[in-house]
Amino acid sequence: MSARAAPAATFDATDARLMRRLHGGFPLTETPYADVGAELGLAEAEVIGRLQRLLRDGVLTRFGPLFQIERAGGCFVLAAMQVPPDRFEAVAAAVNALPEVAHNYRREHRFNLWFVLGADTPQAVQAACARIESGTGLRVFAFPKEREFFLELALPIEAPPC
Amino acid sequence: MLSRLDRRLVAATQAGLPLVPRPYAALAETLGVDEAVVRERLQRMLADGLIRRIGAVPNHYRIGFVANGMTVWDVADDRVDALGEQVGALGFVSHCYRRPRALPDWPYNLFAMVHGRRRDEVERGAAAIRALLGDACRAHDVLYSSRILKKTGLRLPATATPTPEA
Repeated sequence: MSARAAPAATFDATDARLMRRLHGGFPLTETPYADVGAELGLAEAEVIGRLQRLLRDGVLTRFGPLFQIERAGGCFVLAAMQVPPDRFEAVAAAVNALPEVAHNYRREHRFNLWFVLGADTPQAVQAACARIESGTGLRVFAFPKEREFFLELALPIEAPPC
Repeated sequence: MLSRLDRRLVAATQAGLPLVPRPYAALAETLGVDEAVVRERLQRMLADGLIRRIGAVPNHYRIGFVANGMTVWDVADDRVDALGEQVGALGFVSHCYRRPRALPDWPYNLFAMVHGRRRDEVERGAAAIRALLGDACRAHDVLYSSRILKKTGLRLPATATPTPEA
């Protein structure tokens, strides 16, 4: 699902409406796609078809439950590295290869690689950091969250002008 | 800790819900349980906060938010919690966390994500945060993402290691 800053997104106003509705609150009913469709005036097959396309085209990266594994003893940890530019691709690939790495971004800074490790135990996250350090010879700076000032913001989704 | 069933449910849904008319029935079949059990467990995990939400995760870039700034701030320790609450409540901040510094390489202890359609939107957001923090802020920086390298979300194996037999 990695993607460079992408070419023009391909979605329309109905897709935008669907994505706004599906930020959260997907029904736990027997036929949730039909139920969401009924709210929006779309047939079940159209809801499913649009989601398939949005996922395939990379407009959506996922559709499903977002887990907060801390509530079950696990943890997410933000980590950063200072990667020499000539080694960037190789180090990024090595980091991406670990299943514990949930997200990874290149950022314009001396600390140019920022990723989130998630696992069901803190030990598993530490072990993943240690594997990255031994595999790359570079230090992994871990920035575990100490406190969350959280407001899950839904970005306003609007169809691009066509 | 996750129950064995919950763990299998996490593993079965972390890549996404099945895109079929009865997704919970499809999961139930995979897991060998009743559909009602799947819906009940998901409801429970939502209530417990183990599931933050069930929904769609957009690629920020693809929906037009091409300027993604991680704003980072060195805020006085005795004021960071009260100020962090205020920063987190700003409408343009999507996530806000207090994190440890890593001196001398990294002096910042407050992180706030600001997404914009253009960089000047992010810069305006950063200026508003700067004003809010006032003299409690010693230094700050904005780190723009230039590439998404991976965005899969959590991936747990279906069974814990080691797993006691139940």
